[in-house]
Amino acid sequence: MYRSNVLVCGGTGCTSSDSLKIVDKLKEEIAARGLENEVNVITTGCFGLCALGPIVVIYPEGSFYSMVKIDDIPEIVEEHLLKGRIVTRLLYQETVEEDTIKSLNKTAFYAKQQRIALRNCGVIDPEKIDEYIAMDGYAALGKVLTEMTPTEVIETILASGLRGRGGAGFPTGLKWKFAAANDADQKYVCCNADEGDPGAFMDRSILEGDPHALLEAMAIAGYAIGATKGYVYVRAEYPIAVNRLQIAIDQAHEYGLLGDNIFGTDFCFDIQLRLGAGAFVCGEETSLMTSIEGKRGEPRPRPPFPAVKGLYKKPTILNNVETYANIPRIILKGADWFNTIGTEKSKGTKVFALGGKIEHTGLVEVPMGTTLREIVEEIGGGIPNGKKFKAAQTGGPSGGCIPPQHLDIPIDYDNLLAIGSMMGSGGLIVMDETTCMVDIAKFFLEFTVDESCGKCTPCRIGTKRLLEMLDKITKGQGTLEMLDEMEDLCNYIKANSLCGLGQTAPNPVLSTLNYFRDEYIQHVVDKKCVAGVCKDLLEFSIIKDKCFGCSMCARQCPAGAITVTDYTAPGKKKPAYEIDTAKCVKCGACLPTCKFGAIIKG
Amino acid sequence: MQKKISSIPFAGTPEQEAELKAVIAKHIDDPGAVMPVLQEAQEIYGYLPIEVQTMVAEGLNVPLEEVYGVSTFYSQFALSPKGKYNISVCMGTACYVKGSGEVLDKLSECLGIEAEECTLDGKFSLTACRCIGACGLAPVITINDDVYGRLTADMIPEILEKYKD
Repeated sequence: MYRSNVLVCGGTGCTSSDSLKIVDKLKEEIAARGLENEVNVITTGCFGLCALGPIVVIYPEGSFYSMVKIDDIPEIVEEHLLKGRIVTRLLYQETVEEDTIKSLNKTAFYAKQQRIALRNCGVIDPEKIDEYIAMDGYAALGKVLTEMTPTEVIETILASGLRGRGGAGFPTGLKWKFAAANDADQKYVCCNADEGDPGAFMDRSILEGDPHALLEAMAIAGYAIGATKGYVYVRAEYPIAVNRLQIAIDQAHEYGLLGDNIFGTDFCFDIQLRLGAGAFVCGEETSLMTSIEGKRGEPRPRPPFPAVKGLYKKPTILNNVETYANIPRIILKGADWFNTIGTEKSKGTKVFALGGKIEHTGLVEVPMGTTLREIVEEIGGGIPNGKKFKAAQTGGPSGGCIPPQHLDIPIDYDNLLAIGSMMGSGGLIVMDETTCMVDIAKFFLEFTVDESCGKCTPCRIGTKRLLEMLDKITKGQGTLEMLDEMEDLCNYIKANSLCGLGQTAPNPVLSTLNYFRDEYIQHVVDKKCVAGVCKDLLEFSIIKDKCFGCSMCARQCPAGAITVTDYTAPGKKKPAYEIDTAKCVKCGACLPTCKFGAIIKG
Repeated sequence: MQKKISSIPFAGTPEQEAELKAVIAKHIDDPGAVMPVLQEAQEIYGYLPIEVQTMVAEGLNVPLEEVYGVSTFYSQFALSPKGKYNISVCMGTACYVKGSGEVLDKLSECLGIEAEECTLDGKFSLTACRCIGACGLAPVITINDDVYGRLTADMIPEILEKYKD
């Protein structure tokens, strides 16, 4: 027994800020004071509050130290662990009240969250199977194998109302039921861990923080549909996740929780890792399976659906990481429990990766039906630097931008679709007034043009033409007819593309055209970008009455566009400078040189 | 995605070739061996010049067209060599809205190369990469295994200074 447990976040966000060196330093300082038998240091998965990383939490007090530096460690060990005095200065300040320290669960970031998929992240050491077992791990697999028939498992998942967390929200139980109904000598269970949406990292956090939950759920799925083999298709860009998954698979084998005759029954199940090689389209189910087969990851027409002919032409189910992470809980606590959480048609919780212009960047898990305003303003802590909310982008390159007038809709699959976005895998990027919506649409289109596999024409050429038009608009060469043309082309691409990538690629353009048409019109008619992003539409100028004539800007200008005038402002000693807009290359080099705020862009 | 193909001459050693042949021998009977063999070949050579792809095709007895098809399809496979220091600029949405575009421009200005290129002395290469998932630190770049977060463009020259030698 240890008297203190020190939890250090070992997720990608925190390790990027040297949290693993913090672990080493903690161990070193603890050993130096002879406390190694009293204090235990544990590397956990993600706590969710990535903006405050690296994070160190000390129990039993529950002290939440944020943005910890290596130099802070001796003080924490000496004061807190040796002398029992919490270092209030280094705590997450929101937990500090005048004379007490608040529990983390009562802070704005955590209070509205309900953790089901993330329940073990930041709680257990993901590299130790015993810690997972201590949190009821593998109890659901045991229950399924010894007390339930495959049909009962599928009925439970169906009754829970769980829908796929990867994008379209197809009912998980139904998928399993179809695959179970097809007889074959071999069936497969696959997991999509190829989280490709830019700005989304919930699956990574589950893989890093609770890998056994995924393995357990895949084994349950294998039992339900009659499969003996599973594949996890995981991004090579997630080295920590790959490593922990492999450790988890090896440990599960050692404990007899994977392999032959699991729990002493006839059930055998094995899981292999397959590394992706960086292709967004491989998140589409048929492409992913083609890629596991070692080929170019191009999609196939459906039908036949994977439940009939999937991997190696055998019945296959594919679910994403977060979907699987819910399964053991549903089995243990029952469909009725899960069914009470969420909205009428979207049950349970959803994990969002909150990012962009937001105070608390991080991972949040909230019941379906929570409003966007609650997520952005309460949990996310609002927008930094007093800026105004402009839009929230959900669903990545397949989703859309949600404007301020829809901040109060309860978030679920159907509501998001109704306002032109989608749930997607759960990226939620917040944008403020300095984000240009035309530029954002162009950013996502550049992504899809890059990632379109090229197999079908509407997607390959359609998105390219769309991007060319957007590019013209951001350069001030757009016309009003172009906006209508773009809309037509978007609808054409949506209707005619082969797979989900093309069918959803126009969404960022359509939703911005719909909600931010004014901004497009400004670009086209006034040739202005109010957010100050589109370089070609910017104009730099000097407010002569503020100019001291120091010549700093003129010396920085690479184009020789800044010259002295014969006007000297009242109260100034030297004549003011001016910018020749014909010569200006809009590089912005002059802007930071002016100490007097005399140069403006817009 | 259009890939840049290197014009730098191929400089493989006999040791590397022996290593590649061992990898091919290990996978020759696996179904769908092209992807894992290319992944290991890239670890040996650092990138996949046409000479290496030809060896893989001949070794596995598949058409070069199929190998080339796979190597150009996945962004992880590099057809240009990487520099001693490979700089990746995260272009995920969270980083992009926080100014990673300006960071990339600044790097390209300081190094005199575009994204997906390598400096002539072989020291630096520059990549615009997909989201690395460190959105809490946006905008982020990595230089080999070092991570730099919460960046602005004017911090770039000072960071590059650390890699002078």
